[in-house]
Order: sequence, then structure tokens, then C-alpha cells
Amino acid sequence: MLVDVLYLIAAVCFIFALKGLSSPKSAFYGNCCGIAGIVLACAATYISLDISSIAFTLVAIAIGAGIGIYIAGNVSMMALPQLVAGFHSLVGLAAVLVAFAAYCAPGLFSIVGIHGICKSSLIEMGLGSAIGAVTFSGAVVAFLKLEGLYRGTAIPVFVNAVLLSLVLCLLTYFVATQSTIAFVILTLFSFIFGVTLIAPIGGADMPVIVSMLNSYSGWAASGIGFTLHSDLLIITGAIVGTSGAILSYIMCKSMNRSLLNVILASGQSGFDQESTDSLSKSFKNGSAEDIAFLLKNAESVIIVPGYGMATSQAQHALKEMSDILKKEGIEVRYAIHPVAGRMPGHMNVLLAEANVPYEDVCELDKINRDFASCDVAYVIGANDVTNPAAKHNPSSSIYGMQILEVEKAKTIVFLKRSMGTGYAGVDNELFYAQNTMMLLGDAKKTTEEVIKALQETV
Amino acid sequence: MNCCFRDLFAELNNFIINLQLIAPTTSSSDGTSIHGMTVFILACFVGYYVVWKVTPALHAPLMSVTNAISSVIIVGAILATSQNIYVFSRVCGFFAIVLASVNIFGGFIVTHRMLDMFRRNR
Repeated sequence: MLVDVLYLIAAVCFIFALKGLSSPKSAFYGNCCGIAGIVLACAATYISLDISSIAFTLVAIAIGAGIGIYIAGNVSMMALPQLVAGFHSLVGLAAVLVAFAAYCAPGLFSIVGIHGICKSSLIEMGLGSAIGAVTFSGAVVAFLKLEGLYRGTAIPVFVNAVLLSLVLCLLTYFVATQSTIAFVILTLFSFIFGVTLIAPIGGADMPVIVSMLNSYSGWAASGIGFTLHSDLLIITGAIVGTSGAILSYIMCKSMNRSLLNVILASGQSGFDQESTDSLSKSFKNGSAEDIAFLLKNAESVIIVPGYGMATSQAQHALKEMSDILKKEGIEVRYAIHPVAGRMPGHMNVLLAEANVPYEDVCELDKINRDFASCDVAYVIGANDVTNPAAKHNPSSSIYGMQILEVEKAKTIVFLKRSMGTGYAGVDNELFYAQNTMMLLGDAKKTTEEVIKALQETV
Repeated sequence: MNCCFRDLFAELNNFIINLQLIAPTTSSSDGTSIHGMTVFILACFVGYYVVWKVTPALHAPLMSVTNAISSVIIVGAILATSQNIYVFSRVCGFFAIVLASVNIFGGFIVTHRMLDMFRRNR
């Protein structure tokens, strides 16, 4: 009875942990609620255990804690998407291990019926293990891609279809016969399915994939919760699952695509015909001095950060630049696209790291109409999210995506490493527009040059 | 959002109808299954409303904190290690605890680091 009450309190704590995130002020207490929840859950479980088992598990927790603290304490905020993907894989693997433990020792979880393990428990166990395995291998592939260690392979859709139906057949067979071999093969095929599902997906779609895996890790936890008859696990898994699903939905919607389209249309990037003749067009190459001059004479500047800002770690330089401009009485704001970066909210975290005030950072809906009245749009390493082709070119692969309307600004400054296309493989016509200036090179270095030029003239 | 909600409702409805169709074939523990389903579906609704309230600026901490709390699966892992006689499940449980606690500690610390930055800037 006491155990159940503690579990209930823990579940409520988790809900408060997410509720706290509705504002930065309450988010901190939310996180504390989350920690309290997990401590309560562990403590409640320990009540039914004997001393030797507690000691045994504490050793495992100590090992995990050491690794976790080391990784989380040293990771840079730029590597956040990789870190989150890596952590998802751990939840997936843990789910698989717990499912196997439950299969081998059903007595521990009181799921034994008249003829072996209950059928419903077998379904839940099989599903939990399969989803866990897909989460694990999928997240490992996503991690390798985000880390830049693996470029991806094109895999025909029918391979995935065959694997998925194989997994479902094996699941049915396992439930019908309770065969150990079927369970092992089911898990193995799920591992392979996770790899083939994520391997063909391009870099620009990674935010969707990372949150999809977040969702899967929740469903896996829920599946295990059904097996163990643990309401706490079911509730937590369901909340995490919906959270990931909503995040994927938000991002798919802002790209005007469905989740299925993201998963299936992986091979289509770079099919836009226009991109081939980009070399022949001319563009204006600005110098740092020109841009400093432009900025100093502006009244309102909007900075549009993209993944390029993350790779070059330019957020601190940007902050310094906007501080100089603000001292001159110029209004500086930041515009964040929902899919900028490699995970949802990535840009916000990086800007927060550089101490950019929370109020200066605006979401797409809020800031889009302000581009018309702004003098300079300072685009730093963002290409696809500012590409007007999304509005008027139905043949473009990004057609229909919501964009930040930088083309309405008086002058546009693009900071890019080279004239290459973005991750969607689509050329941006704005590069060649009359009111655009390109500043090629590492975004951090070029921004620092602009700062220098600003300081000399101020 | 309204339309999305309606879709969700339609899907849930279908799901429940399907559930009733397969219910007679599942064996003894029907009662607990339906109980679990009830809890699961209600929790999905709670999650739906809570997550839509999260401000987009905090979507990154949202991901890392959900990641951390999904390691509550450690509860199952701890139970798996509770009897000496089941050696294999003890080993599985041990590794599951290690993985889950990497996640718990790592997830909460990273979330804390992120939120600290947002708090500092207010």
C-alpha cells in the first residue's frame, strides 16, 4: 500500500517536472520535482528488497552515476543533440534488458498464468522489447550521424517494410508459442530495423528523428510498465511518449511535411534542378567593414542563427556584437526557426549560454512580420529556413515549409562557410539578390572581424 | 490544434473498439490489462495538455528531462535483481540499472545546466 502511494507521488512529481517548463522561472523547480520523483520511485522499490540486493543495486547505480556525472558535466552545449540521442539509446537498451529479465524470471513480477506467462504479458513484453531495441539501434545511428562519424546510406523503402512485417510476424509467433528463440530473433530483427529506419535520413531532418526517438523511449518504458503492472512506469512512459510525439509534430508541421514523409522521403534531397546552375550566378561579397557600416547605421537588426552558429560556436561573438549595437541605441533581436539546429530548442540553449537575454529571442510567429521594418537581417549559418523558394517554387523539396521572411528586410547579410547549398541541397536565391551581402568564412571569425570594425568606427 | 484534437479523439475511439475486439482472446489477466490501458490513455491526455504548455524556448530542456524521467524503468531493473536464484535476470537487471542511472544522473545534470543558463539571463 505504502509502495503504491509513493509511486503515485512520484508520478505526480514527473507531471510537475514537465509543467514547470512552461516558463524559465518555474523550470528550475520542475527539474527538482523530477529528481524527487525518481528518488521516491527508487526508495519505494527498495522497501520490498532485502539488504544484499540493495547493496548489489547500489553498486550498479554508483557505476552509472559516475559515468553520467562525468559525461553531463563535461559535454559542450554544441554537442547537446548527440548527447540526447545517446541517452535515448540507453533507455532503449535498458527496456530490452528488463524485458529479458522479466521473461526469464516471470515469478518476480507475478505474471505467471496457468499455461506459462500470461498472453497479455507476452504481448507487452514483446512490444516493450521490440520498441526498446528499435530505440537503441536507431538512437545509436542518430548519434553517429550527429557526431559526423557516419554519413548515411540509402536504403530502399521495401527493406524497411519487409523488416517491419517480419518483426510483427515474430511478435505474433512469440505470443502464441512463448518460444525463447522467437523472442531473441524478434529483438535482433528490431535492432536491425532501427538501423535501417534511421540510416537513410538526412541531417536536416535530425531534429524530427531525435524527438521521434524520445517518443519511442517513452513507449518502450510504457510497454515494460504493462508487463510489470507498474502504473508509475505506464504513466511516465505515456507522458514521455506524447511529449516526443508532440515535438515531432511541431517540427513536421513547420516543415509542412508528415512524419511518414520524413521517414520515407529520405532519398530525395538535392533533386532540385535549379541548384546546378548556381555557379554561374554572381553575388556580392561584402567585407567586415562594409557590414559594420551597415549595422551601425541601422535602427533595427534581426539576427537569424542556424546550425552554422552551433558548429562555429559563434554565439559569444554574436552577443558581443549585439551589445555594441545596443549601446548605440540599435534594436537587436534574434529570430529562431522551430527546426533551426539539430534538435528542438537547440538555438535557444546556445544563446542562453552566451547570456543573451530571454526577451530578445523570438519565435517565428512573433517576429516574422517585423522583418519588413528591420534594416539588417544578419543570417548566420541558416540557409533552408530563410529560403523563399519554400513559398513560391512548388518543385523545390522544401516547398510549403514555413520560413523566416528575411527577404523583406532592407539589407540581408549572410554568413556562410562557402557558397554551398544547405542540408536540404537547395540553393537559396537570396544569395544573389540585389540587397544581399555575403560574408564567407567561419562564422565566429567573420563576426569577430565585424566586431573589430565596429569598435574602430564607434 | 482543435482539429488535431479531433483526430486524436477519433483514433482513440478506433483503438478502444479494436481493444474490445481482441479482449475475449486474451487470457486470465484481462482486468489488469484494462486497468493498465485506462491509466495509459489518461496519462497520454495529461501529457498532451502539459507538453503543449511548454514554451518553445525550453524544448531542449524538455527533451533532456523527459529522457531522464523515462529512466524510471530502473524500477523494473531493481525488481529484476531482487532474487538470487534467477542469475540471468539478475545480470540483465544489473546492466539495466547501470544504463538507467547513467541516464538519470546525466539527464538531470544536463537539464540543470541548461536551465541555469536561462535563469541567469532573466
